[in-house]
Amino acid sequence: MKKNWPLWEVFVRSKNGLEHRHFGSLHAADAEMALENARDVYTRRNEGVSIWVVESKNITASNPENNGELFEPAQNKIYRHPTFYDLPDEVKHM
Amino acid sequence: MNDPQQAIREKQFEAKIARDEKIEPKDWMPEKYRQTHIRQISQHAHSEVVGMLPEGNWITRAPTLRRKVALLAKVQDEAGHGLYLYAACETLGVSRDELYEQLHSGKAKYSSIFNYPTITWADIGAIGWLVDGAAIINQVPLCNTSYGPYARAMIRVCKEESFHQRQGYEIMMKLANGTPEQKAMAQDALNRWWWPSLMMFGPTDAESVHTEQSMKWKLKRKSNDELRQQFIDQTVPQAELIGLTIPDPDLKWNEARQSYDFGPIDWDEFWQVVKGHGPCNKERMNARVSAWKEGEWVRDAAMCYAEKKAAKKEVV
Ligand SMILES: [Fe+2]
Ligand SMILES: [Fe+2]
Ligand SMILES: [Fe+2]
Repeated sequence: MKKNWPLWEVFVRSKNGLEHRHFGSLHAADAEMALENARDVYTRRNEGVSIWVVESKNITASNPENNGELFEPAQNKIYRHPTFYDLPDEVKHM
Repeated sequence: MNDPQQAIREKQFEAKIARDEKIEPKDWMPEKYRQTHIRQISQHAHSEVVGMLPEGNWITRAPTLRRKVALLAKVQDEAGHGLYLYAACETLGVSRDELYEQLHSGKAKYSSIFNYPTITWADIGAIGWLVDGAAIINQVPLCNTSYGPYARAMIRVCKEESFHQRQGYEIMMKLANGTPEQKAMAQDALNRWWWPSLMMFGPTDAESVHTEQSMKWKLKRKSNDELRQQFIDQTVPQAELIGLTIPDPDLKWNEARQSYDFGPIDWDEFWQVVKGHGPCNKERMNARVSAWKEGEWVRDAAMCYAEKKAAKKEVV
C-alpha cells in the first residue's frame, strides 16, 4: 500500500526569552527530515533560534463546537480579576 | 436551502465574517466556503510552484554571483510560498496528493503569466519588477482575508515578496543604464511582459464572475479593474525613472481622474493562454508532472527508511 509522508506542525522560538510559536506545517518522512525542512522553509531570514516539530496526528485539539461549555464559565468569574475588589483610593502599592 | 437550522448557521457564519472575526480550520463553515477556498488557495499555491520554472531557467546563467544568489533565494522563496499555501489548503480537508493530482491533470489552474517564456536575462528583471509587483498588489489585501490559515500564510508571503520586486527592478535599472544593446534588451522584456502583467488582475469587472461572494468572504477587497489601475499608476513612473517606455500608445495621464488612461487589453490572448494554448503551457506541465513522477521512488524510499528506523527503535 502506498504511504504518503505524514504532516508535521512546526513551532519556532524567535529568540531566547520568548516561547515557541506555531509557524506552520509541512510533510516529511520522519522527525529529522521535518526539522531540516522546517529550517529551510520557516527560518530563511533569521526568524528563529530553536525549532520544535510534532507530528500533527499527535496533537489533540478542542472542538470549537464545545467552546460554550469550555470557555463560557470563565466569563462570569470576574472575582478572578483584581478590579473586582473595591478598595479606597488611599491604599497605595496594591 | 430548506433546512432552517442550516440557514441560521449560515447567517451566523456570515455575521462572524462581517464582524472581522476569523474562521479557523475546525470551525463550522458552509460547504461552498470550503470549496471556494480550496479552489482559490490551491490555485495560488500552484502558481507559486509553477512560477519557479520560468525563473529557474536563468539560475545557472545569471550574469554575476550577486545576481545568482539573489535569484536563487527568490526562487527558493517561491517554493516556500507554495508550501505555506498548500499547508493552508490542507487544513480544509484536502490532501496534498489530491491537490497535485488536480494540477497535473489540468483540472486546477495556475496563473497564466507563467506560460510565457524567459528568453533573455532581462526577462528575469521584468518578472521581478512587473509580475511580483502585480502579485503584491493582488496579495496584500489577502493578509486580512477571513480564513485564518490563508491570512497567516499571506502575511509571510507578502513580507518576502518585496525583495523580489526590488531585485527585479534593480536588474532592469542596470540594463537600462547600460550599453544600447542592454537597454534595448530591457525595453524588449518590458514590451513582452507589460500586457500579460496587466492580465494578471483577471477579466474586467463587467466580465468577472463570483466577485460579490468573494468580497463578502474577503477573498477580494477591491475589484480587478481597481487593482489593475493601481498597478498601472504605480508602475508607469517607475518605467519613466529608468528611461523605459510602456508599450501602450494610448497610455496618457488623466488629470481629472488622477490616473492613467490605457489602451485595450487583448482578452483573446488571455483566454487562449488560460485554455492551454500559451507559448509554454505544455512545457510547464511536463516539467511538473515529470518532477513528481521521477521523484516518486525518492519519496517512497524515504518513507521506507523512516519506517525501518522507527521499527528498530522500538526493538531496542
Ligand atoms: Fe511568491
Ligand atoms: Fe505569489
Ligand atoms: Fe515572488
